[in-house]
Amino acid sequence: MPALCRDCMTTFPAGTRCPACRSPRVLAHPALFDLTIAHLDCDAFYASVEKRDHPEWRDLPVIVGGGQRGVVSTCCYIARIHGVRSAMPMFQALKLCPQAVVVRPRMAVYAQVSREIRAMMETLTPAIEPLSLDEAFLDLSGTARLHGAPPAVLMARLVARMESELGIGASVGLAGNKFLAKIASDLDKPRGFSVIGPDEAQDFLAPRSVRILWGVGESGQAALAAAGIRTVSDLRRWDRADLAARFGRMGDRLWHLARGIDTRRVQRDAAPRSISRETTLSQDIADPGLIEGHLWRLAEQTADRAKAQGLAGRTVTVKLKCRDFTLISRRQALADPTQSADRLFRTAWDLFRPEAARAPFRLLGVGLSDLTPADQADRMADLLDPAAARRLAAERATDAIRARFGAEAIIRGRALR
Amino acid sequence: MRLSIERGTLLKAVGQAQSVVERRNTIPILANVLIEAEAGQVNFRATDLDIEVVDRAPAMVERPGATTVSAVMLHEIVRKLPDGALVSLADDPATGRLTVTAGRSTFALATLPREDFPIMASSEYSCNFAAPAPLLRRLFDKAKFAISTEETRYYLNGVYMHVAQGEGGPVLRCVATDGHRLARIDAPLPEGAAGMPGVIVPRKTVGELRKLLDDDEATIAVSVSETKVRFATPAITLTSKVIDGTFPDYSRVIPLGNTRRLEVDATEFAKAVDRVATVSSERSRAVKLSLDEDRLVLSVTAPDSGTAEEELAVAYGDDRLEIGFNAKYLLEIAGQVDRENAVFLFNGPGDPTLMREGGDTSAVYVVMPMRV
Repeated sequence: MPALCRDCMTTFPAGTRCPACRSPRVLAHPALFDLTIAHLDCDAFYASVEKRDHPEWRDLPVIVGGGQRGVVSTCCYIARIHGVRSAMPMFQALKLCPQAVVVRPRMAVYAQVSREIRAMMETLTPAIEPLSLDEAFLDLSGTARLHGAPPAVLMARLVARMESELGIGASVGLAGNKFLAKIASDLDKPRGFSVIGPDEAQDFLAPRSVRILWGVGESGQAALAAAGIRTVSDLRRWDRADLAARFGRMGDRLWHLARGIDTRRVQRDAAPRSISRETTLSQDIADPGLIEGHLWRLAEQTADRAKAQGLAGRTVTVKLKCRDFTLISRRQALADPTQSADRLFRTAWDLFRPEAARAPFRLLGVGLSDLTPADQADRMADLLDPAAARRLAAERATDAIRARFGAEAIIRGRALR
Repeated sequence: MRLSIERGTLLKAVGQAQSVVERRNTIPILANVLIEAEAGQVNFRATDLDIEVVDRAPAMVERPGATTVSAVMLHEIVRKLPDGALVSLADDPATGRLTVTAGRSTFALATLPREDFPIMASSEYSCNFAAPAPLLRRLFDKAKFAISTEETRYYLNGVYMHVAQGEGGPVLRCVATDGHRLARIDAPLPEGAAGMPGVIVPRKTVGELRKLLDDDEATIAVSVSETKVRFATPAITLTSKVIDGTFPDYSRVIPLGNTRRLEVDATEFAKAVDRVATVSSERSRAVKLSLDEDRLVLSVTAPDSGTAEEELAVAYGDDRLEIGFNAKYLLEIAGQVDRENAVFLFNGPGDPTLMREGGDTSAVYVVMPMRV
């Protein structure tokens, strides 16, 4: 069985210890040098960056997240030993781990580190699909001759380089497609390297919950459970036609995924599907005036981001989280796409109003989806709102001033609420 | 209940009922049609709680009674029965099934008790009048394309039917708008309609109403209150809640001072718009109209796919003008013209444009331009 030493990168035909350096960190798999799709996932990325920049925190639990009322965005592995998890409310995390160092996220720094990792990946292959700042798929097909080494070796070298040059640990999943690669990277965290070959994919998946399948969330799991499907092997007993009849296009996808088949390609820089901003409030709010101020700021930030990326959207979404954590999401399709903060805010406000009685809220969000290029945006005036054209002109003038003198140079009174 | 009815009659009656029934509803009884048999007649009643339709049909009733069954299933069964078949319906209270028999086919359908079926509360109608079917057909057909689908502007999700002052006196008027285009259609005021309260007739009701209006000879009994509207023929009664909201003051939106006048054959114009719009794959395709001395050039520029241009001979004698529109809106508006030339009245490239048929002011349309 082909094997690779993760410390000295020696490849050898068999064995549990590296013949060159005697390291036990040996990766062995029958298909090790044949698989080409990799998923790279940094270990506790934000927390790792913070530890790198604050060596005194190395042996302390570190939680990255926002404020008293915020949630844990990432926590280091020491904090995880205490039971802290990402997306956990901060007060709960601090109850579990009161000695933790809590830091506010420094997104600009993480984005910079992410770019450095991206640059390292670019030396291996142009086929990179980033999923977030700390996660990406790489398609290494056809690169073995160029680099003189199979993809498994390239990925092991990449991770070693990230550790030595950036001080960031990462886990790798290597498989024949994106679906299996992503599962694999999660198997052996942190600093893991897992391989799922075509021969064991079916046996590996069979006993697992359908939740492992791409696209199956909480509601998908419930829908499948209603049909008596809990594990992947349950799913595999279903006929392809029956699945498609019951679950539509998702049914056909599930039939394939249950067999470890996934034909999605690694897509370089897939265009964003939506732009959104949300905020967890420092305390629950019900005052419509305050909510209006928050929705305006969120609309403006979303619009700013759309403008910066040259995008506009046809669908406006408002997200509200109630005190009891019920999530309300309301959307409205527009007749023509927009990137205007004013239109975004007004639509968001119209969507919010019927839900106002559900106050108080602990989270508010505004989003734009169904994206199109910016040149198609805001080209049509509204018969019933003749002042809209003037507000749009004012927004463009304001944007020009902010571009020249800074984002704070001119703000709306509404933003001060 | 036991009755026999001709298949064609049954299909028509059940067809109307099943189209009112919401496909996705959470209250089981709302998926059902209430069948009520009395001497020589059977009523089919369906509702979605906002609209109620009652269809009356002649039948040989052996034993009066009533029950409810799935409207969609009954419709499907009747649709698949051979033409000319005699269908018998009989309910068995012991098993709770309705037996449908035709020739050698027998179906036993699950029922729900008639007592559970919601009957729409009757309303005090403040205004009752009779209108010929073609009059209502024109009013609603010409206005409905402009109905908004934006739920946040729920008060635009219907046709505003009201009495207004037209050029030659009071008229029955229908207006619909989605903020980008507007249709204002007038008809002579039927006798007895003068005191009618203005109501916003919901989109779905407009669709159901249309099925009552095909017969040119028919007269429709219209009843209106502040909260409900009813349209009835001898065979069908359609009752609907109206949208609880205020329709915006549309009169400010209709431009009166537009002077640049374009007259064009509507069919040729629509065909040309459709042709040039082909090169754009955007969903809101923009068509540019360049006007100059009896000449109209339609053009589309799509950065990714190409360009298109077409020239039309038109009547235009004003200053040069370049103005853009959403192709779909132009096509829909041009499609309203059926007798004479389309007359467009423009102001500037950013101002609302008015369109009417020849000199006829009983149907006017307003469309907002698009930046091109």
